[in-house]
Amino acid sequence: MIDVLIIGGGIAGIETACSLQELGLETLVLEKEKQIGGHLNNWDTLFPTKRSASEILEYYAEQIRKKSITIYLNTTVTSIRKQDDGSFEVHTSREVSFKSKTVVMAHGFSLFNAQRKEEYGYKIYENVITSADLEQTFKQNNDVFVNPMGKIPERVAFIHCVGSRDEKSGNHYCSKVCCITAVKQAIKVKQLSPQTQVFCFYMDLRLYGRGFEEMYREAQEKWGVQFIRGRLSEVAENIDGSLQLKAEDTLAARPFKMSVDMLVLMVGFEANKSTALFHNSCGVACSESRFIQPRHHHLSANATNIDGLFTAGTSIAPLSVFDTLNHAKAAAFAIHSYITK
Amino acid sequence: MDTAIHTEKETWGTYQKHVADDNYYYARSCIRQNFFPASEYMFLHILRKVLGKHVYDDPNHTTCTGIGYHSDIVPFETIQTVVARHFALMTEAGLENIAISCVTSFGIYTEILETWQHFPEQLEKTREFLYKATKREFNLPKNIAHTSDIIYKFRHEIAEKAVYKLVHAQTGEPLNVVEHIGCHYAKMFPTKGIGGAEFPQVLSGMITAWGGKVIDYPERRHCCGFGFRNYLVQANRGYSVSNTYKKLESMQPYNPDFILTNCPGCAMFIDKWQYTIAEMEQKTFDSQGKGIPVLTYEELAALVLGIQPWDVGLQIHQIQSESLLDALGIPYDTALKYVDKQGNQLPLPNKPNNLLQ
Repeated sequence: MIDVLIIGGGIAGIETACSLQELGLETLVLEKEKQIGGHLNNWDTLFPTKRSASEILEYYAEQIRKKSITIYLNTTVTSIRKQDDGSFEVHTSREVSFKSKTVVMAHGFSLFNAQRKEEYGYKIYENVITSADLEQTFKQNNDVFVNPMGKIPERVAFIHCVGSRDEKSGNHYCSKVCCITAVKQAIKVKQLSPQTQVFCFYMDLRLYGRGFEEMYREAQEKWGVQFIRGRLSEVAENIDGSLQLKAEDTLAARPFKMSVDMLVLMVGFEANKSTALFHNSCGVACSESRFIQPRHHHLSANATNIDGLFTAGTSIAPLSVFDTLNHAKAAAFAIHSYITK
Repeated sequence: MDTAIHTEKETWGTYQKHVADDNYYYARSCIRQNFFPASEYMFLHILRKVLGKHVYDDPNHTTCTGIGYHSDIVPFETIQTVVARHFALMTEAGLENIAISCVTSFGIYTEILETWQHFPEQLEKTREFLYKATKREFNLPKNIAHTSDIIYKFRHEIAEKAVYKLVHAQTGEPLNVVEHIGCHYAKMFPTKGIGGAEFPQVLSGMITAWGGKVIDYPERRHCCGFGFRNYLVQANRGYSVSNTYKKLESMQPYNPDFILTNCPGCAMFIDKWQYTIAEMEQKTFDSQGKGIPVLTYEELAALVLGIQPWDVGLQIHQIQSESLLDALGIPYDTALKYVDKQGNQLPLPNKPNNLLQ
């Protein structure tokens, strides 16, 4: 029987495995994709340091080699069953099941599908993209920054809170990282294309983390990014392919129209679809936001309502990379304590 | 762009609704017979004679009182009872599918059915009111459709029988068509309209099925300018005109050949405010100074099916349609334009000062 079975080979799962290995426990990581790293594979740089995401991935690839951590790729977990002896049986898409003393749900999150906000025109108008699409563009390292129609944009707008704090989408929670991601991406656009005017439409700016506020000031003072407290009501396409935004400036209490050459939708987090599967197969409790409910918000943030079943990373809520890695380290201590008690 | 179009269709696909095949109880509009006098006649003609469907046109059917309701003159309890009476008439006719000609009425019926679903006590109270007032009882309709939904449903059958396609007769190029959907069609209840609220397909589906090209312009979803209070309160009419102006100005760069609507108020205001704007500012939004023709979907279906333009009632519109008929290659006799069915000459309308005809 394995000591700890970890579902998900993103940074949360790998960090948990590394920490547990150092604590002397045997781990097995199951990853549904063909490579480890999860969403970080699609990201260019990380806030607030602007460090390349690939450096983090390279670090963990090295740790996996050094610590001889076993990972099964292309393996999707289909159900988790708690056994009478307190152990777990985990079934997979490979028709192989595993027995383990404990299980860590580090299966992460899904990005909000921006097509659900039809009024914003994603996948309908060519120049509407998401923050994830923009990271892909940055990763290509092109010398010239152009919009999807190949034009150097005169104006770019970022829309915060797409699919977050939004009753219509059914997501009442804040995704936490979108504000600072927009600040980071806005700076990057200005670095690549200084003549482009950049606007960020926000509801509230939630710059809670270390270095976030400083980055926000840098965006305004050094790069001239303009922040407008306003909600976008709808997007339409002009005859030249540019986009007409209809919005409300909620500070000035005035509706206004603006044309931009590119629109970036800051898509938020949603609970991974696997969360509902696990809820159905083993009864793990979920919160109203559909993420997994920690047993105790302050004192047992990695434990769940089921003994031996733990969480690491964004399976419980939207988290930054910084918070995800700390939550994963904490998971390792909680599991070690559970097994050795 | 292919990907974009594909995903747009996927979005539309989530808002398809069931429309009954046959046996409709027809709920007429209050104002359409005045402003677009042949539209409702053409709907009945196409359904009965072209498609072979059964539609009951009930002389006892009345206004839904929607305009009074949206003006805060008719209370909600009253309008529920009026609508309940319509359902009673439908029930007495042995029918279960209601076909509603007016978008305002469609919104009213939908709102009331939604209310009854969520607040059954309102339904019971309405049954009681109706019985006390009329001794009538009613069943809820099994299927509720706007009449544009029904024409949309049979758009391919109409295309098969079409005499004319929506293409320029001389060049073979598709006509540029602007569609405008009434706000109360799907903006209140997106799942009740074909294509939802953001990208309704009900009219664009007809346009493409009959050979035209749909124009997506920035103010496509903007209100036509009616907006009830904008027009009904005389002091507010500037808002009404400026809304229509905003739409017309936005569509102008695309050189639309005509505008297609599915709402009585929209067809009326987009048509008639073009005259008003021409008088106020000497401005038209087409290249010839004649205005952009505004058609209802029944009028368009009738033209496509080869029915004579003066039988379709196009001469009653504010913006005259000869330029469109020429583009489509539809022949017409100017001498018969204002002649009634018995061959009598009708009085000729006054000509506007700033709108060419």
